[in-house]
Amino acid sequence: MKKEPAGNHKETMEIRLEHVNYIYGGDTELAVHALDDVNITLPAGQFIGLIGHTGSGKSTLVQHLNGLLKPTSGRIYCDGEDICAKDYNMKKLRQKVGLVFQYPEHQLFEADVLSDVCFGPKNLGFSKEEAEAKAKAALLQVGLSEEYFDQSPFDLSGGQKRRVAIAGVLAMDPEVLILDEPTAGLDPKGREEILNLIRKLKEERGITVVLVSHSMDDVANYVERIIVVNHGRIMFDDAPRKVFTHVEELENMGLAAPQVTYIMKALAEKGAAVDTSAITLEEAKQSILEWVKGNKA
Amino acid sequence: MLRDITLGQYYQTDSVIHRLDPRVKLVGTLLFIISLFVVNQFPVYLVVLVFLGSVIALSHVPLGFMLRGMKAIAFLLILAFVCNLFLTPGDILVSFWKLRITKQGLSTAVFMAIRLSLLIVGSSLMTLTTTPNHLTDGLEKLLNPLKKIRVPVHEISMMMSIALRFIPILLEETDKIMKAQMARGADFDTGNLIQKAKALIPLLVPLFISAFRRANDLAMAMEARCYRGGDGRTKMKPLKYEKRDFAAYGLLLFYMAACAGVNILSAHLPGILSWHLG
Ligand SMILES: Nc1ncnc2c1ncn2[C@@H]1O[C@H](COP(=O)(O)OP(=O)(O)OP(=O)(O)O)[C@@H](O)[C@H]1O
Ligand SMILES: [Mg+2]
Repeated sequence: MKKEPAGNHKETMEIRLEHVNYIYGGDTELAVHALDDVNITLPAGQFIGLIGHTGSGKSTLVQHLNGLLKPTSGRIYCDGEDICAKDYNMKKLRQKVGLVFQYPEHQLFEADVLSDVCFGPKNLGFSKEEAEAKAKAALLQVGLSEEYFDQSPFDLSGGQKRRVAIAGVLAMDPEVLILDEPTAGLDPKGREEILNLIRKLKEERGITVVLVSHSMDDVANYVERIIVVNHGRIMFDDAPRKVFTHVEELENMGLAAPQVTYIMKALAEKGAAVDTSAITLEEAKQSILEWVKGNKA
Repeated sequence: MLRDITLGQYYQTDSVIHRLDPRVKLVGTLLFIISLFVVNQFPVYLVVLVFLGSVIALSHVPLGFMLRGMKAIAFLLILAFVCNLFLTPGDILVSFWKLRITKQGLSTAVFMAIRLSLLIVGSSLMTLTTTPNHLTDGLEKLLNPLKKIRVPVHEISMMMSIALRFIPILLEETDKIMKAQMARGADFDTGNLIQKAKALIPLLVPLFISAFRRANDLAMAMEARCYRGGDGRTKMKPLKYEKRDFAAYGLLLFYMAACAGVNILSAHLPGILSWHLG
């Protein structure tokens, strides 16, 4: 069966944050300064990793991107339009910027998988047929075949539930897809499946993807840009390779570079002429093989 | 959004009121409520206000924070006020169209409004300054004599403490699910009553599922630690009265006496001071 690309995206969607601050519980003693002068631009079509320790403000940040939270101060522009303006169309924004929450399976509520995925498109005003067509395309794209459509979402496995939830957002044809810790609570195989699925979605739909995580190993293999947050502040915003050169600073923030980076560093310290900037297993393998061959010759 | 409901929440800070024994606060709140409803002379509410004001000041809970909790029930207050105002029979003061305001209605409405707001502020002060665990510990200890007549005091207080413990968690959960559904284009704010009620389904179903899941987890965790009800259970931190608790009991007695005194006094005084409940 041939899959149709579900999105008819324009390569224009750009989100820009200027001096965004956010404070939870403003006037109590428990006020938390969750975002501190955040300035970032998310251009169309990028694959971005958003990394930070627990409580660093990742979830808070991504909820600003589709207007679920309003900045305490600062501005957010989407395609040049200020999303805090009174007459801004929030529904449109939520359609364009799809946000998959942490543990998204907790939001399932319908009696069968297909109806649950239809919830988004129906809210956007699509007819039953259109919504179902979109839902089916999204479900197939996340790897759930037709046999699952009529099942109760509560009877599925954890990984399958999560796919349903992702499809629920995907069915709205977003131009930006944000996933908040999509691998939390999954086993290694499930993690890899979800991450590969996200990469596939990115390639097939050509959308912007923001992947939130606290694991560098998860992200290093996939993204082209990494944003590191710590205590609500942006610490690094660069290509993965460049970010991982700051191993010490990352460790001070309770993060770590990918494990291969450590192995390559250790090898280099023992005198092996390997590439210490390797960040994926594949690159590391290549570099080590080259060094071994070089030694033999 | 939902976090604005401060009613029944605990406000974390350090103050004399926070450190008081929960039994004192429970008894105090009970006495305070009794004083509100027994009293029928207007001037006594000045005594009540002074008392409540000093306790609030001592508790270090910002007034703004307390009043924000009131907003949630402002509707109820207004409704009670309006009903009392228009529906009490008696000597007619003003009448227009089919509505009439009576003298008795006015005085009942004003008294009820004052009583209700003081009641709410007073009792929320207790929950604002006492952790749920402390509160139920205090309750269990106070109700202990009832065990003799086979009231399952421990079980009741355990159920209460679990219920209280889950309120903030469920509020947080509601907030999260609401946001997740809003991200899928759900709209909880517009539409008529039926549409609004329908819009709640995507919120309530996941909420109930999560509540059951949490209840199940908790039951399992308690079983795993061999929890069994009341008899012979000891506490890690048994409640013990300190000097300040006795002082507080003393002040409470003084407050009750002052209320009674002013009430009797103003009942026998003529003039503006003797405005009382019809
Ligand atoms: N609803 C809330 N009310 C008050 N404080 C909050 C709320 N949500 C988050 N916070 C606080 O804001 C800070 C940032 O939280 P946030 O959820 O954005 O972190 P995070 O990076 O997503 O963490 P995690 O990896 O655990 O998901 C934390 O200190 C947290 O305690
Ligand atoms: Mg988070």
